[in-house]
Amino acid sequence: MSKVNALVLRAAGVNCNEETAYALTLGGADCVEQLHVNRLIEKPDALDRFNFLVVPGGFSYGDDISAGRILAKQLELHLGDALRRFVSAGKLVLGICNGFQVLVKAGLLPGLPPMPAGPTAGGNGQATAGANALLTITANDRGRFEDRWVHLTPASRRNVFLPAGGPPIYLPIAHGEGKLAVRDAAVLTALQENDLVAVRYASADGSAAGGVFPLNPNGAVDDIAGLCDPTGQIFGLMPHPERHSIPTQHPQWTRRGLKPADGLAVFTNGVQFLRRS
Amino acid sequence: MIYRIEIVPRGDVDPVGAGTLNEIRTLGIASVSAVTAGRVFLLEGDDRKLSADDVRRVAAELLADPVVETFGVGDTQLADRGVLVEVHYKPGVMDPVALSTAAAIADMGVAADSVRTARIYRLAGKPSDAEVQTIMARVLANDCIEQAVVGSLGAAPPPHAPEHAFRKVTVPIRDLDDAGLKKLSERGHLFLNVTEMRGIQDYFRRVGREPSDIELETLAQTWSEHCVHKTLKSRVECDFGFSISDSGLEEKDAKGEAGAIQSTIENLKSKIPPTVRRVYENLLADTIAAATKKLNKPWCISVFKDNAGVIEFDDKHAVCFKVETHNHPSAIEPYGGAATGIGGCIRDPMGTGLGAKPVANTDIFCFAPPDWPVARLPKGVLHPRRVMRGVVSGVRDYGNRMGIPTVNGALFFDPRYLGNPLVFCGNVGLMDRDKCFKNAASGDAIVVVGGRTGRDGIHGATFSSGEMTHTHEDEFSHAVQIGNAITEKKMTDVLQEARRRGLYSAITDCGAGGLSSAVGEMGETLGAQVNLETVPLKYAGLSYTEIWISEAQERMVLAVPQKDVAALLALFASEDVEATVIGTFADDRILRLSYKGEPVGELEMEFLHDGLPKYTRKAEWRPAPPSALRTPHSALSHTDALKRLLGHWNIASKEWVVRQYDHEVQGGSVIKPLVGAVNDGPGDGAVFQPVLGSPRGVALACGMSPRLGDIDPYQMALHAIDECVRNLVCVGADIDRIAILDNFCWGNCAKPDRLGSLVLAAQACYDGALAYGTPFISGKDSLNNEFVAADGSVITIPPTLLISGIAIVADVTRCASMDAKADDNVLLLVGATQDSLTGSHYELVTSDRDPHALQAPPLAAGAPPVVDLKQGPRIARAVAGAIAAGGVRAAHDCSEGGLAVAIAEMCLAGGLGFAGELDAVNADAAAALFGESPSRYLLEVEPAKLDALRKSLGDVPSAVLGKFAAKPTLTLTHRGAKVIEADVAALKQAWQQPLAW
Repeated sequence: MSKVNALVLRAAGVNCNEETAYALTLGGADCVEQLHVNRLIEKPDALDRFNFLVVPGGFSYGDDISAGRILAKQLELHLGDALRRFVSAGKLVLGICNGFQVLVKAGLLPGLPPMPAGPTAGGNGQATAGANALLTITANDRGRFEDRWVHLTPASRRNVFLPAGGPPIYLPIAHGEGKLAVRDAAVLTALQENDLVAVRYASADGSAAGGVFPLNPNGAVDDIAGLCDPTGQIFGLMPHPERHSIPTQHPQWTRRGLKPADGLAVFTNGVQFLRRS
Repeated sequence: MIYRIEIVPRGDVDPVGAGTLNEIRTLGIASVSAVTAGRVFLLEGDDRKLSADDVRRVAAELLADPVVETFGVGDTQLADRGVLVEVHYKPGVMDPVALSTAAAIADMGVAADSVRTARIYRLAGKPSDAEVQTIMARVLANDCIEQAVVGSLGAAPPPHAPEHAFRKVTVPIRDLDDAGLKKLSERGHLFLNVTEMRGIQDYFRRVGREPSDIELETLAQTWSEHCVHKTLKSRVECDFGFSISDSGLEEKDAKGEAGAIQSTIENLKSKIPPTVRRVYENLLADTIAAATKKLNKPWCISVFKDNAGVIEFDDKHAVCFKVETHNHPSAIEPYGGAATGIGGCIRDPMGTGLGAKPVANTDIFCFAPPDWPVARLPKGVLHPRRVMRGVVSGVRDYGNRMGIPTVNGALFFDPRYLGNPLVFCGNVGLMDRDKCFKNAASGDAIVVVGGRTGRDGIHGATFSSGEMTHTHEDEFSHAVQIGNAITEKKMTDVLQEARRRGLYSAITDCGAGGLSSAVGEMGETLGAQVNLETVPLKYAGLSYTEIWISEAQERMVLAVPQKDVAALLALFASEDVEATVIGTFADDRILRLSYKGEPVGELEMEFLHDGLPKYTRKAEWRPAPPSALRTPHSALSHTDALKRLLGHWNIASKEWVVRQYDHEVQGGSVIKPLVGAVNDGPGDGAVFQPVLGSPRGVALACGMSPRLGDIDPYQMALHAIDECVRNLVCVGADIDRIAILDNFCWGNCAKPDRLGSLVLAAQACYDGALAYGTPFISGKDSLNNEFVAADGSVITIPPTLLISGIAIVADVTRCASMDAKADDNVLLLVGATQDSLTGSHYELVTSDRDPHALQAPPLAAGAPPVVDLKQGPRIARAVAGAIAAGGVRAAHDCSEGGLAVAIAEMCLAGGLGFAGELDAVNADAAAALFGESPSRYLLEVEPAKLDALRKSLGDVPSAVLGKFAAKPTLTLTHRGAKVIEADVAALKQAWQQPLAW
């Protein structure tokens, strides 16, 4: 059995690192460290000691410019090789909320092959950032930050963390920029056909949210709450599994009693995958 | 050269533009058909190092999001149709995005010397010039910090501040007469009175020289009301229209008509509690602090001494709590004022003992009603809706970015908060038990960490101590600060590691008064030498005095043993946080200030801290004569009155606010502010676990009752304490581990009647704290909350006392929530109902009073319900015991709107109906339904457990009201008559609609 050594990445403005580390411990990780991105930039090889990388939630660099943009740029500029090595070694990467935004904007998710550009509109400049130009995560339709609980259905057979076929789960979101948007319809089709849509917003019974607020809290296309890459080993999602890894975190535990916490599965499944491999 | 990058939304998805359009519509302007909102970045660099290609690369790869945005380099892309408005920050205003962007651009290897940001709006349609001006002033920009222009500024050059030309300023004071002293204080915005100026004059006569400007400023900051609370600490002589002797009340004026005097005295006797003294030597020490001393709880670790009060959490940990106000800045610039309010409050626990980790925020706001008619807005006042939106956004953006859950709060509305909104921000910190005290030593380095110093916030401490006037907006805009949460977050992170490694001996926050207060306080028993030119600045041009008193945000001051300085500086550098040695603590109790080697100030610490003249103030108070309150709507059915109450601003759902706050970050959330079957019921208090894995929790709640402040300030304070205790008890707090905080927001207490009501409230704090066994551990006052309008009229806020409570929960799995859980469960009312509607919200919703009148509301005859200091604590203890024993399914406190509102809230939160009768409630129908008697709790219990519950409650009064029902209808009968019949869905709609923004 492999040991699970998890790294929770810190950076200026990251703020869910402590509880994410706690959830990893509850999920069975043998060792959980929290490391500042500056330490990795100084010594990218330090990443090799770990096999489970979590980019946690928060407001990295204040979400200035746009959510996750600056930390994504740092990963792209300084840690590209180390991250490629990490992923190709069959290790796991999880991005939660701001961490998901970072993985998408750094081009680590969803890992679709390059696609021909669709028609463009207006402006004398066309942004050229590579893979991440296919889709983005942007301001909620309602234009403001919201903290609310949502139902989710696991949707991808590839996803190591929450494989399709599992029951709907209940997790909180807390974001102002969580709307997944695609460049054009072809991108959405590619996501669906490649089975990269990992979790969708849904009703309590698991039926589709159909874009309706508040079931789909931000207006994300196709109710997409999270994506995985083609290996299923990189997973990012807007909702917070670490905020439902203890029974008393459930908003209705005083009504329904103390029951196992849905979000913990994300961490235990990750840990068990690494143990098997 | 300067490059202008403009980024605009692609297509029609533009949430910022849509929100802006919505705000324009609320102004009643219909001529704008759509708004496009774009972002502008101005990059300046040396032509040899920054090329157009570099700029395009930065725009394409960093600044614009290609999926949803397009960008242009150069002139605006939006000029084709509609009116353009561009908004730039005024010089020197904090621009957090520009700072992050500059760092990210440098990381890409691109050499830009400066980055600035701006916003651009295109208003489609045909707004008139006047409408555009209104939109600019009221929606798009705040003139206090921003400049809005019609059209595009293009690539405007950035302001380049010249270096400060050093010139030591001496201010002659020794030969001034009183008029001259007064003039000097006013001209220098020192806000010191003549007595204080004379004290300063005497000091400089004694030391035989004239003061420098920095010495006067240091004294003004340190002696400000904001920093030393001179009113609360003064000697107070009370005159309540009669004198009190050992034998009781005596007539003051025996010559008056005996009968009239007798009735006046009788009236006063019933209003002035016997505990009120004629003379308080030190009002604060004799009341609030005296209660804590007398209670002498072993679990109180540090009270009133440090930046926050500290209590025991468990064997290894303590928690500390502080609540501050940031009223005046929030009135002028709501977003920045509130953001820096919470930012500053967070630094209090961080600066307590050897520092705490911030773990929870609370926010309580008082505004004028948001439906204020625009035409009736006095000059110099922002619309309350705009104030409210700005304040909520400010707290949201700062608190959320800091990663601190905002778990508790309240909103209260009264027209008299129009010119003077109240913004209370609270923060709880978690500390190690063995790190609760500071021990700075002579020779330790003085290190400033965190943000840089700029001209922002200069004179904040003195400005907040004076009255607001309609011209304050212009004169004191530099007193308003804009926060940068990420700077504070970075500093917080690295401080935790510095603390763990024991690299410093003392810490305090740099708040009001800036470095002058922080260094002055920390060095009070030591002395200090500060070299002002070493303080890192945001931009050139600050004088030595500005550096010393600037209230720039996100700074803390540490005392660092010389042996640890190198390690500490390296640690801060490793996470990109600035830390700079600016001086040394001394051993001669003298504060010495120098600039580039030149001495600019020297003050004895003893004079600085103890030289403030002691005051004697007069307090008086007369009960307002009862006026016949007209209640023309008393013909209103009780069901309609209930709907109106649920829709009253004070009672209506605050979900719009709560959801914008991250209340679950840090993972310790147990009882959330929104509870119930669909997570939207109004929780009484919050519970969270500050230490993950420990079963222990912290409960937070608050209480306030400004409505009673006009009638009976003594009862107002008791009601606030009782409400705070009720809210804590209802979520499962340990009744023996409740500590409370006071925040007094009053009018100008130099006026004896204002001080009189403050005295009564302070005495009630003493009496209430002793009765409930709840020590005060910290507090803060904000006086002079008055607004002087252009016509000279004064708007005084209602006397407002906020009581915030923190309690320990032994086992969080025993906590309770307020939502009704299951049909057939029984509802039990615990506590007695008094037959009074005086001061109730029912009075407000049934009177024909102008809801936007700026005077105190007329009062109904009769006394308000009173807190029974013997029975109230017994009831609280009995209920807390029942909840801890696990026999209660739901617990809800009965407060604004009375019993009917409380039952309706339980139903709408639980998605259930209720049928019951109020015959056991000993009052008329209206008073039974809507009276706001204190010390009442509603408990839901399974029928089989009812007997056991009632037995456990002992002899405190309780009555079974009825049963919850699956059918979602609320029916109540009273003495045989059906008094309420309503669909719960309709009640919920009435409750949710007002603030569904």
